[in-house]
Amino acid sequence: MKLLQDIKLMFIRNVQHTLRNPIFMFLSLFQPLLYLFLFMPLLKNLGGTPGLPAGETVEIFIPGLMVMMALFGSAFVGFDLIDDIRSGVIERFLVTPVSRSAILWGRVLRDASVLLLQVILITIVAIPFGLNVKFEYFLISLPLYVMIAITMASMSYAFALMYKTEDALAPTINTITLPVSLLSGILLPLTLAPLWLQNLAKVNPFSYAVNASRALFTGNVGGPDILIGFVIVFLLMSIMFYWSIQELRKIEE
Amino acid sequence: MNQNGDFIIETTDLKKTFVSKVKGKRNEVEAVKGVNLTVNKGEIFGFLGPNGAGKSTTQKMLSTLLTPTSGTVKIVGYDLSKNQEEIRKNIGYVSQAGGSDQAATGYQNLILQARLYGLDEKTAENNAKDLIKHFQMDSFADRPAGTYSGGQLRRLDVALGMTHNPQLLLLDEPTTGLDPQSRAYMWGQIKKLKEKGVTIFLTTHYMEEADKLCDTIAIIDNGTIITKGTPTELKNSIGADTVVLGFASDDVAEKAEKILLKNFVDAKIQREINILHLQIKNGDGAVPNILRLLDTNNFSAQSITLSKPSLDDVFLKYTGRSLREDKE
Ligand SMILES: Nc1ncnc2c1ncn2[C@@H]1O[C@H](COP(=O)(O)OP(=O)(O)O)[C@@H](O)[C@H]1O
Ligand SMILES: [Mg+2]
Repeated sequence: MKLLQDIKLMFIRNVQHTLRNPIFMFLSLFQPLLYLFLFMPLLKNLGGTPGLPAGETVEIFIPGLMVMMALFGSAFVGFDLIDDIRSGVIERFLVTPVSRSAILWGRVLRDASVLLLQVILITIVAIPFGLNVKFEYFLISLPLYVMIAITMASMSYAFALMYKTEDALAPTINTITLPVSLLSGILLPLTLAPLWLQNLAKVNPFSYAVNASRALFTGNVGGPDILIGFVIVFLLMSIMFYWSIQELRKIEE
Repeated sequence: MNQNGDFIIETTDLKKTFVSKVKGKRNEVEAVKGVNLTVNKGEIFGFLGPNGAGKSTTQKMLSTLLTPTSGTVKIVGYDLSKNQEEIRKNIGYVSQAGGSDQAATGYQNLILQARLYGLDEKTAENNAKDLIKHFQMDSFADRPAGTYSGGQLRRLDVALGMTHNPQLLLLDEPTTGLDPQSRAYMWGQIKKLKEKGVTIFLTTHYMEEADKLCDTIAIIDNGTIITKGTPTELKNSIGADTVVLGFASDDVAEKAEKILLKNFVDAKIQREINILHLQIKNGDGAVPNILRLLDTNNFSAQSITLSKPSLDDVFLKYTGRSLREDKE
């Protein structure tokens, strides 16, 4: 099928682009590693407080860290797209018969792949720190992070296509990512938070993603958290990707 | 395929108005205000005009990149509003920005481009090698495009536009920013493409480029075509050429002036000491007659130069401004 072929071509092009400068892929691992080495030990001693059972602090913390990586790692990919817009690469693609959506699919799938690689690396590093997660639950959690990455990447691309300048993109992305991450209980479970903060977090779709991620890592798979998290993230991803395609089409208006 | 005979592009009252919001206020820019033009198959058509005239906007509409606000376009035999897919397969477009991937090598750029047009891997490789040969890119095709000189980069851009062997190639300012040598080289390449049967539609703000390279020119200013024709037609429309004659002394010049005035009644003559300036129609034809006339009267001119009106004079006549002033 033409669309799949186009997506493949665009995906390979973007992967090659990333591989030409692999250092950036690893640089973005630096922050999560710092959290792992310098922040997680603090939590160990907090174990036993509500929402943070002793002996499970690692399984509570790591899934939050995964969501944080998916959120932040993909939030800034729009800068790369602005480069391509400015150098005329996107216009060149648009005058070929290539499918419009493939231009964006090729990018978000690359972003998702980079994130997958990072998630796997962090998981391996976390095992000596006492991470104890069932392998099948870990596998199930991967599509969740992929969808979060695609959501954030699509949003970043949509803003990039809308603004076409870095100056406008940077503050917008920062303004969105910070409250979204603070209100999702990424670093500490929201059960520690006062009630008003917990209620505020309920409007943040990513707090449900964190809940789902934690349910999988701690093995509490009985409740509805996992399904809710997956459904919400899936819907958000669909909306964001659709929006980015609309913004791409607007270039031609 | 081409139902409208010889025209490869035909636009009727083509308009583009950009609407944007600036600080909440609706802001309209009429970039193209009703362009009617026809481009013949096989010619090099030049769109000449100052910065901001609407050249790029017009080309982006023709290349399917921008939707016209109104008007109709027939291009490579298809209706722009209906057959965009077919049009994309039949035209090449090289934007002002170029559009090559700076991090990839020239070869990689060409391969991806060919694959996007649906060529399989093997065909794409052969195609890339042919283009590298045709545009003489062998010595740098395996380096990242980001390391190319301006002229080399432009060659890659044009090669990318020619990847699928289109019958029509749109070039937006193909030589802007190039040094004279690279510009001359690019002109050669464009002529070579014409010889292969490709129709070229280029934009430029260089008069010399329009004059030397193009078969037909349309001059655009402020979103409107102000005049069109072959370079010669346009310059002839200005009327007079200038013939400058130099004589041994002012005395001789004065006598020569009298004789010339008697014989060339339409000419306007001005004398500057020993030099005569003749404003005369069809200077090419007049020069031999002038020489013969002077000869039979035993005057000999020490120097004679003929200068034709330039496209700048044409631009000046219609707009009251010089195109040169707009150069960056
Ligand atoms: N996307 C846009 N939004 C608003 N105005 C635009 C846009 N693109 C071009 N213009 C304006 O339209 C006019 C024509 O621009 P352009 O076609 O690029 O001129 P040229 O290529 O002849 O230099 C200019 O005044 C330019 O500022
Ligand atoms: Mg332009």
